[in-house]
Amino acid sequence: MRPFREALVSLIRRPVLATLSVTAIGLSLFIVGLFGLTAHNISRALASVEEKVEIVAYLTDEIGEDQLRLVRTEIGAYPEVASVEYVSKTEALYNASRELTEFSDVFPDLEINPLPASLEIRLRPGHRTPGAVQEVAARLGSYEFVDDVRFGREWVDRIHTLRRIAGGTALVLGGSFAIVAMLLVGTTVRMSIHARSTEIAIMENVGATSGFIQRPFLVEGLISGVLGGLLAWALTYVAYRLLDRAVFAVLWLPDPWILAGILAGGILGMVAAQRSVRRELRNLYAI
Amino acid sequence: MIRFRNVTKHYPRSGNALEDISFHIRKGEFAFLIGPSGAGKTTALRLVHMETAPTGGEVTVSRYSSSRIRRREIPQLRRRVGFVFQDFRLLERLTAAENIAFALQATGAPRAEIRPKVMRLLGHVGLASRAKAYPGELSGGERQRVAIARALATDPLVLLADEPTGNLDERASIGVFELFRQLNALGTAVILATHDTTLLRRSPETRVLELESGRLVYDSASDAAARPARPSAGASPIFEFVADAADAPGRSETRQAGPEGPGGSAP
Ligand SMILES: Nc1ncnc2c1ncn2[C@@H]1O[C@H](COP(=O)(O)OP(=O)(O)OP(=O)(O)O)[C@@H](O)[C@H]1O
Ligand SMILES: [Mg+2]
Repeated sequence: MRPFREALVSLIRRPVLATLSVTAIGLSLFIVGLFGLTAHNISRALASVEEKVEIVAYLTDEIGEDQLRLVRTEIGAYPEVASVEYVSKTEALYNASRELTEFSDVFPDLEINPLPASLEIRLRPGHRTPGAVQEVAARLGSYEFVDDVRFGREWVDRIHTLRRIAGGTALVLGGSFAIVAMLLVGTTVRMSIHARSTEIAIMENVGATSGFIQRPFLVEGLISGVLGGLLAWALTYVAYRLLDRAVFAVLWLPDPWILAGILAGGILGMVAAQRSVRRELRNLYAI
Repeated sequence: MIRFRNVTKHYPRSGNALEDISFHIRKGEFAFLIGPSGAGKTTALRLVHMETAPTGGEVTVSRYSSSRIRRREIPQLRRRVGFVFQDFRLLERLTAAENIAFALQATGAPRAEIRPKVMRLLGHVGLASRAKAYPGELSGGERQRVAIARALATDPLVLLADEPTGNLDERASIGVFELFRQLNALGTAVILATHDTTLLRRSPETRVLELESGRLVYDSASDAAARPARPSAGASPIFEFVADAADAPGRSETRQAGPEGPGGSAP
């Protein structure tokens, strides 16, 4: 309890600096929060698209039933593959006639079915990356009875690029703010240490342990960090409400993300405080 | 209990503050540490408190040795060695009682024990009635008593006092000195570094260690102590010191009070 009380007193004694460091932590995490919001919504929106990531292997008409069965089981056994579905020539024609209604009159009159049979392959969640898709496609292409392989390569690429850009921007911007925040927290803690140098000297003189002497300052960093995290949460929530109301329906962040954000604030503050404590109280009990 | 074995303390820029000092102070002993300004008194006390390490030789205090002690053991040592300063070093925003409680809290005393112990300590130093006074409301002598009570908070084996009466008038000095003697009678060893010759004269039977330019030039416990040949050999070293002190310039804190005056009646 003592470290908390003393840390709070220290913060209250330097309201401007304390506010600045809390705000800086808040802003750095707010940026991360905004991008988190973006990333979360992108992935949710694209999860459905991604789920549809499928590879279609068109089969030649010469394929026999035994060969078909063999090929299906073999492909189904790929570690990346979630399911393999066979679409026969007839089904293909039926699907086409349903989807392309303007030609529905034409299809029944065809003497030969021009559409090939195909295998529709879905990948497991962990393997819906451009690399994996391409690799599976290449393997399919090497089958004798596979005529052509199609997959939504561009889509797959775009999803991933978008996410990488969002992540990278959040990292760079949030990171720069975090550095500023750490400098501010470090300065606040350093000033608290200086303000209490007489007490520290007395504590050292009577034999307080260095842990006892240092703890209030670490807690001060922790409190600044957690407050910053809470501020970031509030700011992100406001941004979410504005977006949701003014632009389009947006999903709010999952609870674990929020918790992780606030925790990150606490850690940020504590690490910054630790640095100052190390530097300023380096000579405790040094002989 | 406190032993200096051929202790040398060298400072890179000011040379040897102490040079080849050896002495032993037993449990419960009272010793004066005297010598002119710059002789190395404060340095010697800081070595006992392990605020600094000797550059040669070894200082041992109770079971701690300057050559083996680890950083995290120093707080434990400090609790066995109380330190009293010339300028008291009390926290102005805390009352007398709170200043003492501060030391108890800092050294992890159980909450319930703090209050009664503070009152007991204040009683020991004769300030039971001033518990709630702030340092600014206390006389110099009273402030020093609070500082002594704080130094006693961890039940030390020894009290180190660096010029504890340096900021006090004669009456207060004698009061504080008598307090040290009482505490000593109750079993706490005391090493008192001082310029104040009135105190020495008040207790001629007390052990005296005299430093000069970093050397131990006199130890009353071993009269045979190696003394450099000095022109005034034969006279008591204490009173030579008094004479030295009177000659040294810029020594405002030195009290030459008393009817005898400097260089006065040698025995
Ligand atoms: N931290 C330090 N760094 C360098 N030199 C020092 C340091 N502390 C003390 N000295 C030197 O060591 C010598 C002894 O100093 P010390 O303070 O022990 O003397 P003293 O006997 O306590 O003097 P005084 O009676 O004036 O308090 C002096 O020459 C001083 O300049
Ligand atoms: Mg001194």
